[in-house]
Amino acid sequence: MNASLRSGLLRLAPQIAALAVILALCAAIAPGFFDISFANGRLYGSLIDILNRGAPTALLAIGMTLVIATKGIDLSVGAVMAICGATAAALITSGYGLPATLALTLATGIVCGLWNGALVAFLGIQPIIATLILMVAGRGIAQLITEGVILTFNDQGLIFVGSGILFGVPMPVVLWILIALAVGLAVRFSALGMLIEAVGVNRRAAYLSGVGTAGLLLAVYALSGFCAAIAGTIAAADIRGADANNAGLWLELDAILAVVIGGNSLLGGRFSIVGSLVGAMIIQSINTGILLSGYPPEFNLVIKAVIIVAILVLQSPTSRAFLAFAWRKRSSASQEAAGQQPAPGRQAS
Amino acid sequence: MRILKTLVGAAALAGLMTTTALAADMTVGFSQIGSESGWRAAETTLTKQQAEERGIDLKFADAQQKQENQIKAIRSFIAQGVDAILLAPVVATGWDQVLEEAKEAEIPVVLLDRTIDAPDDLYLTAVTSDLVHEGNVAGQWLADKVGDEQCNVVELQGTTGSSPAIDRKKGFEQAIADHDNIKIVRSQTGDFTRTKGKEVMESFLKAENGGKDICALYAHNDDMAVGAIQAIKEAGLKPGEDILVVSIDAVPDIFQAMANGEANATVELTPNMAGPAFDALEKYKADGTEPPKWIQTESKLYTQADDPMKVYEEKKNLGY
Repeated sequence: MNASLRSGLLRLAPQIAALAVILALCAAIAPGFFDISFANGRLYGSLIDILNRGAPTALLAIGMTLVIATKGIDLSVGAVMAICGATAAALITSGYGLPATLALTLATGIVCGLWNGALVAFLGIQPIIATLILMVAGRGIAQLITEGVILTFNDQGLIFVGSGILFGVPMPVVLWILIALAVGLAVRFSALGMLIEAVGVNRRAAYLSGVGTAGLLLAVYALSGFCAAIAGTIAAADIRGADANNAGLWLELDAILAVVIGGNSLLGGRFSIVGSLVGAMIIQSINTGILLSGYPPEFNLVIKAVIIVAILVLQSPTSRAFLAFAWRKRSSASQEAAGQQPAPGRQAS
Repeated sequence: MRILKTLVGAAALAGLMTTTALAADMTVGFSQIGSESGWRAAETTLTKQQAEERGIDLKFADAQQKQENQIKAIRSFIAQGVDAILLAPVVATGWDQVLEEAKEAEIPVVLLDRTIDAPDDLYLTAVTSDLVHEGNVAGQWLADKVGDEQCNVVELQGTTGSSPAIDRKKGFEQAIADHDNIKIVRSQTGDFTRTKGKEVMESFLKAENGGKDICALYAHNDDMAVGAIQAIKEAGLKPGEDILVVSIDAVPDIFQAMANGEANATVELTPNMAGPAFDALEKYKADGTEPPKWIQTESKLYTQADDPMKVYEEKKNLGY
C-alpha cells in the first residue's frame, strides 16, 4: 500500500508541483492568500474559495475521468448541469419536498447519462458526437423547464447544498470530496477500475475476454450524468436560482482540461482521479488568482492560456524525456564527481 | 407539466399571431431578435401590450437570433402591405438591401433597442437607450449619496468587450470624474451572470480587507449585483448598508433585494421601446411629422424610496 501510494505520488509529482507553483504565485500577488480564519461559523479564506468555487469542475472531472478512461468523452456535462439545476428549481418551487427534489434531480442527471451511454454502447456512435447531441439540446431543454427565466427559489434546504456550511466547511467542498472518495475507493478497491481501463485500451479485446463492456459504458456515462447533476444543483443553489443560459456554460471544457492537466490520456486506458482533481484545483487556482490580482479583465483569458500552455508543455512526452535525460546526466555527473563509486552506493540502498 | 404548459402556450401564441383584428387602423410588423434574455422577453410582452392598448394590429415574427429570418420576415411584412415595421436588429450590418425594398414600398421602418450601420434615410428613426447615460445616472446617484466622504468602489463589468460593458463603465467614470473622494479600486468582469458576479465579489472582499475597505459596488447589470449581494452576506457584511449596491437594468429580482434593504439603486433599461416608437409612427402617419433620427428612452433611477415591492409586482409578469 505504502509503495503504491509512493508511486502514485511520484506519478502526480508534475501536477502537484504545478499547483504549488501557482499557489505560490497567487500568494506573491495577493498578500494574505494563505490566511484561513474562522468567521461566521465557517472557514474563510482564498484557499477555501478555491476548494469551494472549484467544486463543479472537480465533480465533473470525476465523471469525466472515467468516461475518458473508456476512450470516450462527455461534452454534455455543462448542459446536463443546466438541466438538473432547472429541474431542482422547478420542483422545489412547485411544492415538492427537499428529498423528492434531490432524488428526482439526481435521477434526471442519471437518465441524461444513460442516454449518452446508450448511444455509445448500443448504437456505437462516437462519444464526441453522441454527447454533442445533448450538449446542444440540453440548454434548450433547461430553458423549457425554466420557461426562459432565471427561476429563483427560497427553500433553505436546497440553498444549503450550494452555500451551506458543514463543520465549518462549505457544503460543495464536502460533496466533491465525499464523491471523489466514494468513486475512487469503488474503482481502486475492486476490479472496476481495471475493467474500465480494459474497455479504454481495447474495447473489442475486453469484450472477447468476457468484460461486460456495454454495461460498463452505460455505468460510466451514468456516473458522469450523476456528477453533473450534483454540480448543477450546487450551481443553482449557490445563486438561489436556475440560470438555464449560463449554468455550467463551457464547464465541460474545463472538466476535460482538468482531466488532461491531471496527466490522463485522452486515448483512454490508465487513469487517475486524484490527478484530475489536482487538475481541477489548478484551473480554479488560476481563476481565483487572476481575480485577486486586480489585472484588467482583458488579460484574464490570456493569462490563463499562458499558464496552461506552460503546464502542458512541461508535461508533454518530449519535454519529460528531455528532463529525464538531463536529470540522469546530472546525477551521473555528480556521482562521478563524488569519487566514481556508483556501484557499491547503489547496492547499499 | 411545465413543458406541456409551455407548449400549449406556444401553440396558443402561434394561433394569436395568425389572427388579424379587422378593426385595427394600423398594421405593424415586428421582427424581434428572439428570446435570448429575460429583458427581451419583457420587450416582446410590452410591445404586444402597447399595440393592444392602441388598437394596433401587431404581426410578430421571432427570428431566433438569425438575420436571415429577420430579412425574410421583413420581406413578408412588405408583401402583406403593413403600415410600418419595427425591427430589433440582431447584427449591425447587411440591412441596406431589404431596407431599400421597404423604402420603395413606402413602409417606414423603426429600429428598436439597437442601431445599424446603414444610411439613415433607410429608416424613420431608432429608439434606443443611451448606455453611457445609464452608467452616468448610476455614478451620479453614488456621488450624491456619499457626498464628501471617502468612497472606494468595486466594479463588476459586463462581458469584456461588449458595448454595454464599455459604455456603462465609461458613463460611470465620467460621473465620478469630478469627485476625488470616489475611486474605483477594483474592476473585473462578471460576464453579466449571477454565478460570476458572486465569485468575483468574493475575491474583491478577500482582496480589500474582508470588505471593510469597500464602500460601494457598481455592477453593470442587476444579475451580477444579485450574486454579489449573496457574497457580501456570506462574508458577514450588510449589503445596502456596509456596502452600497448600485446596478443597471431594473429586472424584477433587484426590486426584491431593494425591498429587503440589500440593494440601493438601479437604473432602468426600459423594455418599453415600442411605446415611443408607436408615438412617433402615429404622428408620422397623421400629419407626416418626421421624428428625430434617434429617440432616447428614459434611463429612470429607482431607489429604495420608490416602493420596490410595487414595482416588483408590476414587472414580474412581463416575462423577465
